[in-house]
Amino acid sequence: MNAPSHGARLPGLGSTMARGAEGPAPVQIVVAYGFWIFLLSDIIMFSALFAAYAVLSGQTAGGPSGRELFELRHVGIETLCLLFSSYTCGLGLLAMERRHMSAFYGCFALTFVLGATFLGLELSEFVGMIARGAGPSRSAFLSAFFSLVGLHGAHVTVGLSWLIFMLAQTAAQGPRDYVRRRILCFSLFWHALDIVWVGLLSLVYLMGAR
Amino acid sequence: MDGKAPGDTERKTSGSVVTYTVGLVFALALTGASFIVSQTNLLWTPGVPAGLAVLAIAQMGVHLVFFLHISTGPDNTNNVIALAFGVLIVTLIVVGSLWIMANLNASMVDPATIMQMQR
Repeated sequence: MNAPSHGARLPGLGSTMARGAEGPAPVQIVVAYGFWIFLLSDIIMFSALFAAYAVLSGQTAGGPSGRELFELRHVGIETLCLLFSSYTCGLGLLAMERRHMSAFYGCFALTFVLGATFLGLELSEFVGMIARGAGPSRSAFLSAFFSLVGLHGAHVTVGLSWLIFMLAQTAAQGPRDYVRRRILCFSLFWHALDIVWVGLLSLVYLMGAR
Repeated sequence: MDGKAPGDTERKTSGSVVTYTVGLVFALALTGASFIVSQTNLLWTPGVPAGLAVLAIAQMGVHLVFFLHISTGPDNTNNVIALAFGVLIVTLIVVGSLWIMANLNASMVDPATIMQMQR
């Protein structure tokens, strides 16, 4: 089947419809664009919780403040885990494009280990805070903290499940077109989570611990 | 018929090992700078939040360019326009909420005054 020509330009749009003259955009570009729109909507949802946290961060209701609760050494290790997992995820994507399958599995396994370490550290932080009586019901500051950081943690959990699924699918079906597109989308998701973490680190932890 | 949709050709993403490594180095440097700025008195104290915000936005830019490969190339025009719209909405939500809540806070009547008014 030949590519249908969508060359007819709409009146008034002129040369801005650059794709029209060349036929449809490649599927990979369209898929990545759609997933990018989803990621932006996800980031907008995060921005609402960021705004809530920024408004409520001083309302400790006599309870512990960020300065007493946050341990920056702990947070620094979490940051490094997430940053290096983003790096290995990117290298895994490159290995997949070049069909270096063992490098792909190695990089993605490392991504999983680093992501799981991050999640474990975050959970131990949450458990420690709740054990000290600083749970989400203690103050408005802590409610906002647990919703914002917890939502990011939930995203990481979903990402880790997706990662396992993609490893299994690659092992079962090989590097087919749709498998590679899903892995591309996963890598975009994982990098976007790292961007959200940069905001969390600066607003919640570094400003809160001062 | 090979079962492929029209235009379903393999495309390389624009990254390379060098791009990712450069991005990682920049990100590490900016993260380190954020920790230093927040933990020392290197920066004028009232300017620290602004400094942290600048470093965070710079690092988000590094992630977008080196990890997500948002560029000015022709295949990327739509992605950049969507990103600009996303940034607009995020700014409206965050700045708008802070502005409105600060305003409400400032015009709150002191509880002691209310008690006096009820007398």
